Amino acid sequence: MQTPTSSPALRAEGQASPAPARPAGTGLSSGSDSAPPVAPVALPAPNVMAQLVSHPLFLRLVSVVIVFSAWEYAGRVPISPAFPTFLETMDALSGLVADGTLFQAFWITLQPLAIGLLASVVVGVAFGVTMGLNRLAEWFGAPLFIIAQSAPLAALIPILTFAYGIGLTAKVMTVCIMAMPVIVLNSLNAVRHTPLSLLEMGRSFLGSRWQVIWKIVLPAAAPVIFAGLRLGCAAGFIGVILAELLITPTGIGDIITYNQSIAEYAKMYAAIFSIIVFSVLFIELIERLEVTLFRPEKRATR
Amino acid sequence: MNAATAEAIPAEPRAIVEVEDVSKVYPGGTEALNHVSLDFPEGQLTTLLGPSGCGKTTLLKIIAGLIPATGGEVRVDGKVVTGPGPERAFVFQDFALMPWANVLRNVAFGLELRGVARSEREAVAESYIGQVGLKGFEKAYPHELSGGMRQRVGLARALTVNAKVLLMDEPFSAVDEQTRRKFQEDLLELVARERKTFLFVTHSIEEAVYVSDRIVLLSRRPSRVSQIVEPDIPRGDDPEAIRRDPAYIDTVEEIWQGLKKYLDEGV
Ligand SMILES: Nc1ncnc2c1ncn2[C@@H]1O[C@H](COP(=O)(O)OP(=O)(O)OP(=O)(O)O)[C@@H](O)[C@H]1O
Ligand SMILES: [Mg+2]
Repeated sequence: MQTPTSSPALRAEGQASPAPARPAGTGLSSGSDSAPPVAPVALPAPNVMAQLVSHPLFLRLVSVVIVFSAWEYAGRVPISPAFPTFLETMDALSGLVADGTLFQAFWITLQPLAIGLLASVVVGVAFGVTMGLNRLAEWFGAPLFIIAQSAPLAALIPILTFAYGIGLTAKVMTVCIMAMPVIVLNSLNAVRHTPLSLLEMGRSFLGSRWQVIWKIVLPAAAPVIFAGLRLGCAAGFIGVILAELLITPTGIGDIITYNQSIAEYAKMYAAIFSIIVFSVLFIELIERLEVTLFRPEKRATR
Repeated sequence: MNAATAEAIPAEPRAIVEVEDVSKVYPGGTEALNHVSLDFPEGQLTTLLGPSGCGKTTLLKIIAGLIPATGGEVRVDGKVVTGPGPERAFVFQDFALMPWANVLRNVAFGLELRGVARSEREAVAESYIGQVGLKGFEKAYPHELSGGMRQRVGLARALTVNAKVLLMDEPFSAVDEQTRRKFQEDLLELVARERKTFLFVTHSIEEAVYVSDRIVLLSRRPSRVSQIVEPDIPRGDDPEAIRRDPAYIDTVEEIWQGLKKYLDEGV
C-alpha cells in the first residue's frame, strides 16, 4: 500500500488519508445505492428521507452547521473575551470585504504563495519523480528533503531573513520549505511503488523506457503524487501565513497581527477564517483537476 | 514424395522455443530451476504442470525475456533470447491491466507502444474484443469488469500484437468451474484458428489434459522436467464425451500418479 508522506504538523490538520474517498459530486447514484430496494411505491416517504439523509451534500452541510453552531455557542458563553461568536466574525468579514481590505490583503498574500507553490509543484514533482526513477538521484537528493521536512520552520526563519532579507524572496522560500518536501517525498514514493506487473507488461509489449515512464509509471503514480500536492499546498498556506506573522506583517498576516494588537478579535478571526476557506477551496480544486485530467475511471463511475 | 513430406511435417513440428540447460537462482538464494531442457513444438499447446512454487512462472518469464536466467539459454525461432521480443506475447496471471485506461485502450496498448496509428490499432483491438466475447465493453474500465472478463482483456491484448508464441500464466485462475470450461473450449478454438504456439501454465490436471497437445511435468524445486505426456484425446467431439473418454481418464490418472510420487517423496 502506498501512503503519502505528510509532515507531523499536517497530520494534525486531519489530512493524513492518502486519497480521501470523495462522496460522489452528484450524489444521485450513491444515494440510491444505499437505499434498500424494497417497496418504493408503498413506502415512498422513508425512502426519500433515506436518500436525503445519505446524500453527501446534505451530510456535509449538517457537519458545517454543527461546527458553526458550536462556534456561535462557545463565543456566547464566552470561553474567552478574545473569542468572538460566529455571527460577529461573519459581520466583521463582510466589513472587510466591503471596504476592500480583504482583497488587498489577499493580493499581497497570494504573491509569495503563488510563486512558492508553483515552484514547489514543478520542482518538487520533477525532483521526486527523478529520484523515484533513479537510485543515485535518490541517495543524493532524498536526505535534503527529509531534513527539510523535519526541520522546525520557525527556527529556520531567522536564517532565511538573514540570507534573503525581509522581502518577497524570504516569504517565497518559507512557502517552498513547507510545501516542497511533502511533494517530493510523495512523488518519490508514488513512482517507487508502481505495480511490478504493470512494469513487466510494458516491457513485454516492447515499450521503451520513456514510453514506460510516460504511459505507465506516471499515470500509476498520479493519485499519490496528487495526494502529495494537496498536502504540500496545505503546508504552503501554513508557510505563507507563518512568514507574514514572523518576518514582516503583510497581507492577511497584517490584518491578523494588527487587529490582535487593537483587540478587534472579530476582524482577526474573520481574516483567519477567510484564509482557511480559501485553502480548503483551493485544495478541492486540485482534486477536481486530478479527477478531470488523470482519473477517467473515477469520472466514469461518478 | 511430396505428399509424404507433407505428412511428415505435422507429425514432427519444429521446435519454435528451445530451452537449453536453463537454471535460475534468485538473488535471495532460492534455486528455482535446475538445468531444465525443453522444446516447445510450433503450432501446439504445451502445458507446464507442477507443484506450487516449482518455478513455472519463473520459466515462463525467462522465456518471455522478462528475467534473466542464471545459466543456460533460451532460443525462440532460432534466436537467443536477451529480452522481450515481438514474436512473444504474455498473458499475465494478475491481468496487469491499467486501471486508468478503458478496455479498448488496454487491449490496444501493445500496438500503441509499437507506434501503430490510433484508428488502426483501435480497429484491430475492437475485432479481438469481439472475439473474446467482450463486445459492448470497450468503454468500460477494469474495475467495472469481473475477474474472468479482465482475464479476457489480457488475452485480447496479447492477441492484438500478433505474436507467434503466446505465454499464458494461469490464465483461467480467476473464474468458476463453469466459466473455466467455457474458456477451455474457447482456447481450443483459438488454438485451431490462430495457428500460434501456446505455452500454458495451470494447476489443474484435468484442464491440462483437456486442452494440451503436450504436458510437461515439472518436479519440486529446484525444478527439472520429470515427465512429458502427450495426451491422445480425440478432439472435435462434444466436451462431455471427451471428459468420459477412457484415454482422457487414463491420462489424468497417469499424471496424478506422477505428481503424487513427488508429494510422497516430499513428506
Ligand atoms: N522475485 C523473486 N525473488 C526470490 N525468489 C523468488 C522470486 N520469484 C519467485 N521466487 C521463488 O522461486 C520459486 C518459484 O517461483 P514461481 O513463481 O516460478 O513458482 P510457480 O511454479 O509459478 O508457483 P505457483 O504455481 O504457485 O504460481 C518459489 O520458491 C519462489 O519463492
Ligand atoms: Mg506462478
